[in-house]
Amino acid sequence: MIDLHKPDYSGATVKIKEAASLAPYEYGVEYGSPARGLWNIVHTAMLLPESHQIYVCAQGCLRGVVLTAAEMGASSRFSTIAVCENNVLDGDMEALIIEGVTDILNKLPKQPAAVLIFTSCIHHFMGCDLNYVYEKLLARFPDIYFTDCYMNPIMRKTKTPPDPMTRSRLYSFLERRPALDAKAVNIIGNNYPTEASSDFVRMLKSAGFTVREITACKSFDEYRKMAESSLNIAYMPAALTAVKDLKERIGQDYIYLPLSYEAREIEENLDKLAARLKIPKIDTALLRAEAERALSYAARLVGERPVVIDYTATPRPLGLAELLLDHGIHVTCVYADQFIPEERPAFDRLREKYPELELAATVHPKMGLLPRANASSLDETIAIGQKAAYFTDTPHFVNVLEGGGFWGYDGIARMAEEICEAVINEKDTKKIIQVKGWGCCC
Amino acid sequence: MKQTSSILSTYTADVSGVASALYEMGGMTIMHDASGCNSTYNTHDEPRWYDMPSMVYVSALAEVDALMGDDEKLICDVCRAALELKPRFVAVAGTPIPMMMGTDLPAIARLIEARCGMPTLGLATNSMHSYNSGASMALEAIARRFCGKDVTRVPRASGARPSVNLLGVTPLDFSVTGNVPALRALFEENGCSVVGCWAMGSSWDELMHAGEACVNVVVSSCGEGPAAALREIYGTPCVTGLPVGESVTLEMLALIEKAAACGEDQSLLNAPRAAEDDKIFVIGEPVQCASIARALREDYRLRGVRAISPLGFPDEDAIFSTLKKADIVIADPLFRAAAPADCRFVSLPHEGFSGRIYRSDIPIFIGGAFNEWIERELSL
Repeated sequence: MIDLHKPDYSGATVKIKEAASLAPYEYGVEYGSPARGLWNIVHTAMLLPESHQIYVCAQGCLRGVVLTAAEMGASSRFSTIAVCENNVLDGDMEALIIEGVTDILNKLPKQPAAVLIFTSCIHHFMGCDLNYVYEKLLARFPDIYFTDCYMNPIMRKTKTPPDPMTRSRLYSFLERRPALDAKAVNIIGNNYPTEASSDFVRMLKSAGFTVREITACKSFDEYRKMAESSLNIAYMPAALTAVKDLKERIGQDYIYLPLSYEAREIEENLDKLAARLKIPKIDTALLRAEAERALSYAARLVGERPVVIDYTATPRPLGLAELLLDHGIHVTCVYADQFIPEERPAFDRLREKYPELELAATVHPKMGLLPRANASSLDETIAIGQKAAYFTDTPHFVNVLEGGGFWGYDGIARMAEEICEAVINEKDTKKIIQVKGWGCCC
Repeated sequence: MKQTSSILSTYTADVSGVASALYEMGGMTIMHDASGCNSTYNTHDEPRWYDMPSMVYVSALAEVDALMGDDEKLICDVCRAALELKPRFVAVAGTPIPMMMGTDLPAIARLIEARCGMPTLGLATNSMHSYNSGASMALEAIARRFCGKDVTRVPRASGARPSVNLLGVTPLDFSVTGNVPALRALFEENGCSVVGCWAMGSSWDELMHAGEACVNVVVSSCGEGPAAALREIYGTPCVTGLPVGESVTLEMLALIEKAAACGEDQSLLNAPRAAEDDKIFVIGEPVQCASIARALREDYRLRGVRAISPLGFPDEDAIFSTLKKADIVIADPLFRAAAPADCRFVSLPHEGFSGRIYRSDIPIFIGGAFNEWIERELSL
């Protein structure tokens, strides 16, 4: 066993100056920390109002999604069909789905507007004829919208992992409209609502635009109106599959304004949006000054305390680390198993400017056994993200997932305020971080 | 059976049972799966995960490895982790895709063992059976592989009660809310020293002295496999049942004496046949709910009590139909929707069904504590 008196972190951590690539660790078997962090496909699919989810998979796979729905108090919007050994051997998978879905829908007290059917890895490998399945179901239930969704974690290291795929399928009920509303745009692919104070949202509102987002939709009809918007905006990398699909399928164009912590990129994004919609760019001088003031205040409050960041808090933890380090905040470690290509510029700059910055894996097998708290530090660590809070065993953490709906200079100011809040107030880390989709209000 | 469930939850699967049973033994358990089984286990099935480190990992099976049948990747990955972390043993348990691929887990185990020199178990689970089959399989494999024949039964002192092993103890049936210490204390206080508790709260050395016990007590269906193995290895008889309530506890102690004396297996689970007019239902793990049903009959003279154990995927229609005329239902809260609105529903949360959701509401149900609890719940 690992000698816990002389913990050896090699292989699971590396200084950024020694990291060979954006994927700095060798992987094999994987550990899963108790910090759940990001939403799963059940949470995301629950964003669709008046919908019902049906999962078709083995008992072991059903277990996790059933209890996710139960923990959300959303069991009434959720059903299952179990795949047993005989279904794999007999090849009756299509009939199992058709009859199972029919049985479930006939039992529900009220017909849902839309049904999301999640098939699994088994169907993928068996070559289950899903076209036939959906044809039959549409014939049986002509008043219900059906869509194909996928719980196939075996695809998670491919170009179509389950999370972006679910975010994309969530918009599959939007249909091509003969005319689009030039003064309406959608924000696509987020689990959390975008803050109304975000730079680009303010800019759109000032120019008289209607901004639609699934997180704000109260009914299926309201959701369907998203098809009328003339432009889709994505700022999360996981949303790109969805906006590309919408462009191809229903002709809605998109613009990608990646969540960034770098002034130059924020300005470029706002310029891009202004040019695309032919609207005035928001005056960023005040916003930028406010962000600087908030960062400066946070730096004074954090003092010498070490700060750690993980990839669940933001898709760009290196970008955030660079911003904080540049403002005198002592970021010591970034927890992520790999970094997205968008992080390459920040990665390269950090190697130059802060070569001692530590990178740590989250799924490396050692991470389940090594001591969690940073015993060498006298000051309490401030963590940004649930996994970082777990690995440093700190009650002082920013409970933000996927950027928290913050964007631009306003987003930076909001993040700085969250850091201050984490310094001042302790949280019940164990209670909060073990729950998937904590704070989910759907 | 339509295999559909529009309301009810599902019991956790065999692969989680394996991990739960082996959790405290110092081994390394690999779920051979893409992802999901480990996440479900860590999130919903394993209350020890936050505070008690254990080497439970997922192989992270990728599509390309499954398509190409690349077992070599699994073998190399497991060997690398095993050589680095040095577990006491390695266990590799399967999930649906390895089953579809026809992965030969025992053969893979032999290859891993040959390469890294660590005892390795290949467990043919597939996530399509319930946790009790996986836990039973895992504990049986440990007993068969590691319990040496050189250990012999320790003769009991005159007047002393027989020593016991407790078999089939996992958080999936007993959680971490006090029932395991209560179970152990009950036997100790009644003169039955506990040699080993398979597998919570006992060290590896204690488990390896299983052959010293006079009787094995199968306190859940997870204990059936190791009981069979220990009978073969040491000739130890077993008693199946859980001491819940005063009468059943006394009965259990008497059966333990009888088993020790005659060497024959004994069981509490000779329940009366299901009758049309049954009105009281206990739903859950077979040994636990049959013991509770018996306690209700013996301690309170209640009649028409039936135990139901839908540990495979629950047939929702059958459960709704069975419970249609129920007066009292004792079950996990997630069964409440299946019970008639006007019946008395007694909540007995079961970690293997509802996970952590109702953990804080799990009562102590061992021995006399059961009587206190049920009398309070039913105003008896």
